[in-house]
Amino acid sequence: MEFWIIFLNVKQQCKIHLGLGENTFEMFNKGYEIKSLILGNFFAFQVHTVTLIPGDGIGPEISTAVMKIFEAAKVPIQWEERNVTAIKGPGGKWMIPPEAKESMDRSKIGLKGPLKTPIAAGHPSMNLLLRKTFDLYANVRPCVSIEGYKTPYTDVDLVTIRENTEGEYSGIEHVIVDGVVQSIKLITEQASRRIAEYAFEYARNNQRSSVTAVHKANIMRMSDGLFLRKCREVAENYKDVKFTEMYLDTVCLNMVQDPTQFDVLVMPNLYGDILSDLCAGLIGGLGVTPSGNIGANGVAIFESVHGTAPDIAGKDLANPTALLLSAVMMLRHMGLHADAKKIETACYDTIRDKKVLTKDLGGNSKCSEFTTEICRRVQDMD
Amino acid sequence: FTSKTLMQSNNKPPPARYGGRHTVTLIPGDGIGPELLNHVRELFRFSCVPLDFEVVNINSSITSEDDINNAITAIRRNGVALKGNLETNHTLPPSHKSRNNVLRYTGLDLYANVMRCQSLPGVQTRHKNIDIIIIRENTEGEYSSLEHESVPGVVESLKIITRNNSLRIADYAFQLAREKGRRRVTAVHKANIMKLADGLFLQCCREVASGYPDIAFDSMIVDNTTMQLVSKPHQFDVMVMPNLYGNVVSNVCAGLVGGPGLVPGANYGHNYAVFETATRNTGKSIAGRNIANPTAMLLASCLMLDHLKLHDYASMIRNAVFATMNESLLHTPDIGGQGTTSEMVQSVMRNIKSSGPLTTEL
Repeated sequence: MEFWIIFLNVKQQCKIHLGLGENTFEMFNKGYEIKSLILGNFFAFQVHTVTLIPGDGIGPEISTAVMKIFEAAKVPIQWEERNVTAIKGPGGKWMIPPEAKESMDRSKIGLKGPLKTPIAAGHPSMNLLLRKTFDLYANVRPCVSIEGYKTPYTDVDLVTIRENTEGEYSGIEHVIVDGVVQSIKLITEQASRRIAEYAFEYARNNQRSSVTAVHKANIMRMSDGLFLRKCREVAENYKDVKFTEMYLDTVCLNMVQDPTQFDVLVMPNLYGDILSDLCAGLIGGLGVTPSGNIGANGVAIFESVHGTAPDIAGKDLANPTALLLSAVMMLRHMGLHADAKKIETACYDTIRDKKVLTKDLGGNSKCSEFTTEICRRVQDMD
Repeated sequence: FTSKTLMQSNNKPPPARYGGRHTVTLIPGDGIGPELLNHVRELFRFSCVPLDFEVVNINSSITSEDDINNAITAIRRNGVALKGNLETNHTLPPSHKSRNNVLRYTGLDLYANVMRCQSLPGVQTRHKNIDIIIIRENTEGEYSSLEHESVPGVVESLKIITRNNSLRIADYAFQLAREKGRRRVTAVHKANIMKLADGLFLQCCREVASGYPDIAFDSMIVDNTTMQLVSKPHQFDVMVMPNLYGNVVSNVCAGLVGGPGLVPGANYGHNYAVFETATRNTGKSIAGRNIANPTAMLLASCLMLDHLKLHDYASMIRNAVFATMNESLLHTPDIGGQGTTSEMVQSVMRNIKSSGPLTTEL
């Protein structure tokens, strides 16, 4: 019964939103939009499971805050909490606990708080393990100025998409002779094409008008040249999105003078690391910046990128904004746009009002008070 | 480790030539380079600076190495050069290396790139009163141009960090900090990820720092550095870093103080020095339209005069430029005004005439 309702619904929506007639040829061409409409309807009808990784330090408190807000907004999400402390698997290789992996493979969507990177614990950082386990190849960071949290830069609205698996962070280094060290930057055709395709798909799905490839091909002719070539090739298939290329130094120079000229930026690993943090600094820092990691096989993990803040852990002082905005990003990824808008608006309104703000945003309220205020706004909206 | 730094070994400027006049190599470059350097020549002639320019043209569209080699020979002969940026056509094969780089490290070992980002009075920026010196290793790191395609579709690019060069640049940074009365040097790195390469750089900086107990030393990861620069730039004093991070950080800082048209840059080696604009832009889109900002190039020429120990002329021109900057009506489009290059240069000349000792006819 539900299937027919969905089908009728989608056909109606196609007519209304896409201006399509009964012509199947038209419908074939607009395949992607129809698929997302179907998925959106599908999600709207069922409760979706999300793997929640609270993390360390302030992680548990901000995760609780997000869960509370989602409950108040009546979002159809069921949380599955998992721990990802590394364990040594058979064969001596470090891996994440099998329950966590199984949960993520099943639900495909994850929300993660900050993880502690232990020094001299013998195992690599957890973030690296997660990245390798789920082949999280794209790191997406939308940076939007928050009204009410003043920085010298207003009207920032851009997205950085960073290749997350190779590039300068391959970890391939060696000492050639004493005093000479070589570090290898690896660029492959496959990874470059994959990230370029993701960037253009993202631009198309989120109504962004242009994609800019950031590179240093004047110096690193072959490696960044390959990256650039792949971007150009992929751009050919997405004529509706404008494609430009810009040197890294020019981007940095223009970014601090006029960030409004940028829309979607796609780039290899190191430049992405630097630029995404630069953009986070423009809007107010890591405490208010959302982030998402997209993997192969449809896995997506959304996370807050700030640290664990052990000095304020457990004291109800943390700011859940970063994790909350990442969760909103997650909702959009799942097609639950109405819920996403509701929660995002409540959050921005609370910050704009300035009555109930956590310490890092300039107020002196507690985390729970901030959360309650957002919940109240969300409920008022219904 | 014995430090053989620029300050110690090069106390004397290149010997003055005939009749007490220096000769300096001038490389016009592409884009706005030629017009700005013409203004510099005009200004020097007007102010009676005892300096002659030997112009060496490099045509960046020709792929032969001859003109670059001529330029290197000329700079070796004169010891000092003033240059515009050379365009690099990155669609050409990798064997055709960036000309700017070839000049810098292959021929002349100009290992230190020094850029002082200072907020200029009269220029509107989001952050005020910034004064940061950025020292960037200029010869190795990611700019080694050593790349190969192991298998079709898999490219490796090598980043080389050596102990000698890292020690050299760290020593230069601390010496400069001491000379200029600066209190802190910050090393910028990514040693948490590139443990061996940036780890070596950081270790060398620490070793050198122990020899300068009067100067504080700390380090910061590059992504955090850029975030801090756009929110709290006043915490930085002197910064030292490898090549690529230097590129990023110097462009961010140039943007913070008002843009590429305002900041001069200098490349120093043991024996030679080349001066140019800090952010090395060709400015193709504004070439020939008389709207380029001459400030960066004029201030670069002042740095050159200081290097040649012609301090009086340097201060005279520098003060005239600052006085001109104060008049916002004369600002060029890149800093929000509508003035032209020639108007700005004329104003600088007028300021010199009213304050300087001897000038030719205006």
